[in-house]
Amino acid sequence: MLIRKPDDIPSSEITDEKLYLNRRNFIRGGVLVGTAAATTLLYRRLAVPAGSSAPPSSEVTTRLTSELGETATSYEDITTYNNFYEFSTSKDGVASRSSNFVTRPWTIEVTGMVNRPRTFDLDELLRRGVEERVYRFRCVEAWSMVIPWLGVPLGRLLDEVEPLGSASFVAFQTLLDPARMPNQRTAVLDWPYVEGLRLDEARHPLTLLSTGLYGRQLLPQNGAPVRLVVPWKYGFKSIKSIVRIELTDRQPRTTWSDYAPDEYGFYSNVNPEVAHPRWSQSRERRIGEWGMRDTRPFNGYADQVASLYQGMDLRRYY
Amino acid sequence: MIVSRRRPDPTGFPRLLFLVNAAVPALLLAWDTLNNRLGSNPQEYLIRTTGMLTLILLVVTLSISPLVKISGQPAIMKVRRLAGLGTFFYGSLHALSYAWFDKDLNLPLIVTDLLRRPFIFLGMFAFVLLLPLAATSTKAMVSRLGGRRWKMLHRAIYASAIAGAIHYYLLVRADKQLPLAFGAAILLLLLWRGRAWSRRIGAV
Repeated sequence: MLIRKPDDIPSSEITDEKLYLNRRNFIRGGVLVGTAAATTLLYRRLAVPAGSSAPPSSEVTTRLTSELGETATSYEDITTYNNFYEFSTSKDGVASRSSNFVTRPWTIEVTGMVNRPRTFDLDELLRRGVEERVYRFRCVEAWSMVIPWLGVPLGRLLDEVEPLGSASFVAFQTLLDPARMPNQRTAVLDWPYVEGLRLDEARHPLTLLSTGLYGRQLLPQNGAPVRLVVPWKYGFKSIKSIVRIELTDRQPRTTWSDYAPDEYGFYSNVNPEVAHPRWSQSRERRIGEWGMRDTRPFNGYADQVASLYQGMDLRRYY
Repeated sequence: MIVSRRRPDPTGFPRLLFLVNAAVPALLLAWDTLNNRLGSNPQEYLIRTTGMLTLILLVVTLSISPLVKISGQPAIMKVRRLAGLGTFFYGSLHALSYAWFDKDLNLPLIVTDLLRRPFIFLGMFAFVLLLPLAATSTKAMVSRLGGRRWKMLHRAIYASAIAGAIHYYLLVRADKQLPLAFGAAILLLLLWRGRAWSRRIGAV
């Protein structure tokens, strides 16, 4: 090893202290700015707000003050703040990851305990005309929206297939196609997503097979091309992208109650009195509002649907 | 010849570097709040994001000692207090935004929530444990307590970390990957300490 004696280095070659310190400060400044920029980028990548921050476009939203006496949620919020685990488990990822989802051709097979099983082509169904229904939508996660749906009452479809007298339940199934619904490659839930209703619930005039909202066709993130809407039940009952409907005499299994039977029941009627085991259901945050609202029994549809559950212990049949 | 060179505080820079980077998320969050860029459910976004930041800072805090040992760079230790205070800062924001946005600062509602919901209880427990640690973070408090007692007290962060990890795990609906990752990181950092301690005891 070469160790120079101090007198080997002429003093003229020693870096001036001021220069040395300046250079150090310069490097430190660079490190500060550089790491702060990197942290900023990392934060921006990881912390993505779900849903829309854009002001509602006047084009579609101002047209509609709800027949409920409640303002409809903006189209932007409805189409960007979504739970649809077939595409992503984070709400901010659903719209982007589902944007290329192809929804034509699409058929719904209606089968099981019926006189006339048949397969409906979606476009043929649409040609019969759809009606608008403005419903409250209450997610089990304690947020809610008001949504102007388009669709046909499910009961009308069921009438056409003529359920047998022995049929008492209706089972629904979402498309199973991991190539088109990428998150089905993960085992977050047991795919395909399945849901079920009692036949009288399915035939209730409020129960809608929806194909659109705000006067437009459904976007993939909202369950295109066709989904169920049961406004007095928690949102997860309103199964999306339906390909199969089966009438049966047994209570069908449902995805979320399979996943956590003590947290999600078959009925899952909106009920402020019955808490989810991990959080309260007594209040909800209406998207677009600041404070919390009180949640209403059956999501405010008690006068129309409470009679379906007369004599039932709603704590037991949650 | 002895060169007397007045060096600028040699420990100041690591702290400044840490402070700036730890403040970045808070500044961006404030910026987004002022500009209405928090998405469709801003209240939920604020609660969730401050919670995530608390957990991240907590993991960073717990990583400092192992990092010093592994890297042999004692300078890293200089930021430990800041990391702990950062955890407390984001934890306070998290607790406050929960109490405000979810419970309207309504004390009876919060108490009911605490008693009925294990994940709320654990979260609050984890936060309350940080209070005495933040309060005794100054040099004056260290010498007042004495190093030994101060060290004992500050081991409460381990309990806080465990409670915080379970708190996160319990509140997620289905996709448990991230809570499990945080839990694993915290477990690993605690096990590392356990191993170091058992070695020390074995050596005596």
